[in-house]
Amino acid sequence: MRYAETGFELEVDLSRGSIDRVESDPELTRLHLGGLGTSARILWDRVPADADAFSEDNLLIFATGLLCGTAAPGCNRTVVSTFSPQTQLHAYSMMGGFWAPELKHAGYDKVIIRGKSPELVYLWINNDKVEIRDATHLRGKGAIETAECIRQELKEPNAQVAAIGMAGENRVFYASIEQGRSSASRGGIGAVMGDKGLKAVVVRGTKDINVAQPAEFMKLCDEVLQYIKYRADHPIPGVPAILQGLGSPQEMAIVDEQWHTTSFMWGNARTRRKDFWTHEIEEKWRKTQEDVRTRLISCYNCPMKCGATISVPGQPTYMMKCYSKLTYTMAAYSDLEFGFKIAQRATEYGVDGFSTPQVMAFALELLEAGILTDADFPGMPADVEGRFFWLLDRIVRREGIGDALADGVYWAARRIGKGAEKFDHNTIKKHEQLPLKLGMLNPVYYLMYATGEKINITQIEGQFPQAPFPTMEEREAFVKDWFQVPDDKFKQYLLEWEPRGEKSNPHYPSVQASCDVVDWQEKMHYIDDALGTCAGLSSFPLKPPYHIHNFPKFITAGTGIEFDSASLWKAATRNRTLLRALNVRRGMRRADDKPPEDHWKKRFPDLEKTLLDEYYKLKGWNANGIPTKASLLDLELDCVAEDLEQRGILADADAGSDKAGEELQAKEALSHA
Amino acid sequence: MPKVMKKVKSITVNADNCNGCRACEVICSLFHANPRYSSNNPARSRIRIVREPLRDIYLPVYAGEYTAAECTGRETYIIDGKKYDECDFCRASCPSRDRFKEPDSGLPLKCDMCEDEPGLEKPKCVEWCLNDALIYEEREEEVEEQEASPPEIEIGVEALIDKHGLQKLLDAVARMAKP
Repeated sequence: MRYAETGFELEVDLSRGSIDRVESDPELTRLHLGGLGTSARILWDRVPADADAFSEDNLLIFATGLLCGTAAPGCNRTVVSTFSPQTQLHAYSMMGGFWAPELKHAGYDKVIIRGKSPELVYLWINNDKVEIRDATHLRGKGAIETAECIRQELKEPNAQVAAIGMAGENRVFYASIEQGRSSASRGGIGAVMGDKGLKAVVVRGTKDINVAQPAEFMKLCDEVLQYIKYRADHPIPGVPAILQGLGSPQEMAIVDEQWHTTSFMWGNARTRRKDFWTHEIEEKWRKTQEDVRTRLISCYNCPMKCGATISVPGQPTYMMKCYSKLTYTMAAYSDLEFGFKIAQRATEYGVDGFSTPQVMAFALELLEAGILTDADFPGMPADVEGRFFWLLDRIVRREGIGDALADGVYWAARRIGKGAEKFDHNTIKKHEQLPLKLGMLNPVYYLMYATGEKINITQIEGQFPQAPFPTMEEREAFVKDWFQVPDDKFKQYLLEWEPRGEKSNPHYPSVQASCDVVDWQEKMHYIDDALGTCAGLSSFPLKPPYHIHNFPKFITAGTGIEFDSASLWKAATRNRTLLRALNVRRGMRRADDKPPEDHWKKRFPDLEKTLLDEYYKLKGWNANGIPTKASLLDLELDCVAEDLEQRGILADADAGSDKAGEELQAKEALSHA
Repeated sequence: MPKVMKKVKSITVNADNCNGCRACEVICSLFHANPRYSSNNPARSRIRIVREPLRDIYLPVYAGEYTAAECTGRETYIIDGKKYDECDFCRASCPSRDRFKEPDSGLPLKCDMCEDEPGLEKPKCVEWCLNDALIYEEREEEVEEQEASPPEIEIGVEALIDKHGLQKLLDAVARMAKP
């Protein structure tokens, strides 16, 4: 008997119209846990290294985390994995909500989708009964609207629906998969779903999910809830309002946006407005937010209220979370009311709230610079809000200029040419980034931006304060009850970190300390993404209820598979290395591991080189960012070592040259030309 | 009937505070699992949230009495501009719907305020609702003396009798009891 997981996966081939229920190998649970880890293994084993994102061979995997559907609070994340049309690398994006537990209750850990349906379809999973159903009547419908239509036609108000909107259907490279209050938005996974002709995956489940050691497991859950209550009463002093508590940043509850609006960039990641936030703006925005916000809402089995129901007069109701209320607002140099309005349409279309506003701001910059002309924007309104709506409508339909823009800033810039490439200044590995431009290089963030396989900083950072505390008194107070650290050295790193002088950025945290801090931060995300724990209760906030000391107990009591901190750390290392290997096999190398050039004004090439060298060494990778044979074997990834060796990637790389990598990069350069 | 003093347990449902997380459903199904806490399944829970986020409907309802017959209630209520069916508020395990029935057997479920042995200080759902949508209250009240409510097995047996008839059930039990 399997515990915490169901031990079964649904294999759906949309080209053949086949559905199979397949038992999974328990050994893979021990090696990779679940969620992101086991999905990455399936992609490694089954998708050819040269498969295009839009090929039948590409898989789209909806995975539950290992602990989803157990009593563990906030373990509700769905991880969707595939290969991205935009980065052409491995892509994974996650969503909270209610979908993953429902799939577990239906009796499956994953839905693995291959092939392409000739007509638009949706998948209906109702416990043991699974059908591929016609969805042609849903073509062009919004993602939220689609979910409502399907629930009504199935007469299943309790079914959970993950759906794409028009953007996914038209293969926009930053299309999302929407699921009520949550979405899996990054990496263009919605475009892959659209390419497969799959409008929605609908789930209803009423089966038990068992745990191996019930009493122990419940004790751990109660401790987590107690600590959540404790943290609600003990916010962290000395950090911005949105970083003081648990959960995703409490954007829906908090009106004070001084930190975002004055530190993050407006437009196409261009302008910092240090004086933007005033008392008048705060009062105006408070009224806007309180007028449209109906209720603060949660995901499955989680007391945090990170989302909200938003009803803008004259528009259908939708749900929102986190920072997307500001991304459109700031990209358009507009205000919060506009942000709430356009986010409604963007949610129905199903587009990523990070990439989309930046692409539109980029298009307007090109118009202003004369690279694009009025002829490229026929009928576009004169006001900036109207222009954003107009562009959004064109992008999701791939109409006119919208077609190039639908590929994202990187590809659009190259397609438009005429110097447009210079305006692509905020992407990493072809993917739009958070609009931040700062002064002094931060060594920890340098490494995370450069190397993170998620290619999205908010899904890599966390746990360790983003900036040093000014006084020793504050630092001592912070480390006093900081039991989440894997090792006491992290307390020392923080105690010694100064805002100015010798022990400040960029030379402090030291190279070694920076590598350690990054290693810890990303390890916790890799654990979350395999277990299905929300980062908001774990890897993202300061002093979270889940940490490296209680996670192994959760896994042991939940699954019956013995884990301790060391073996869990190793499993996370294995998953992190496997993701790197997936990307290395598709041609990614050291040259790709870099933040946008203008992310910091003050750069230190020698220090950055040392940082990267030392980080690679800590990870067991060679100087080109390729995992070494020894580290792969140590991680029981023999099959990966063998494959990379056969392709000449490993042997060449270990010997210092990388012929296979050079060939791949040359091929890619050609395909761009 | 003679009057006696009795401890009355009740839960105030503050639906305005409900954030729809369904932790109450989760912990209820776990508490009543056998062995205790061994399995989670909100479909077995004795509390259910009628939850329609887009219409802002969040209504936690507890499982009440089992009834063999459908009622005639078909009214709708509009409260604060939101429309509810009469059925939404109903605690009954009845033939017209799946709510408050064991998903495999169809046997009725009923909230017992977690008074299983050993009884808890307050119901688990209340303890797990950190947003104070469920508030537990106890008070002494003079009530008419009543017979203790029937044990859980009797509610199940009653449902089986309603479904199959007493004679068939007796026959089945007799058959199964044979060595």
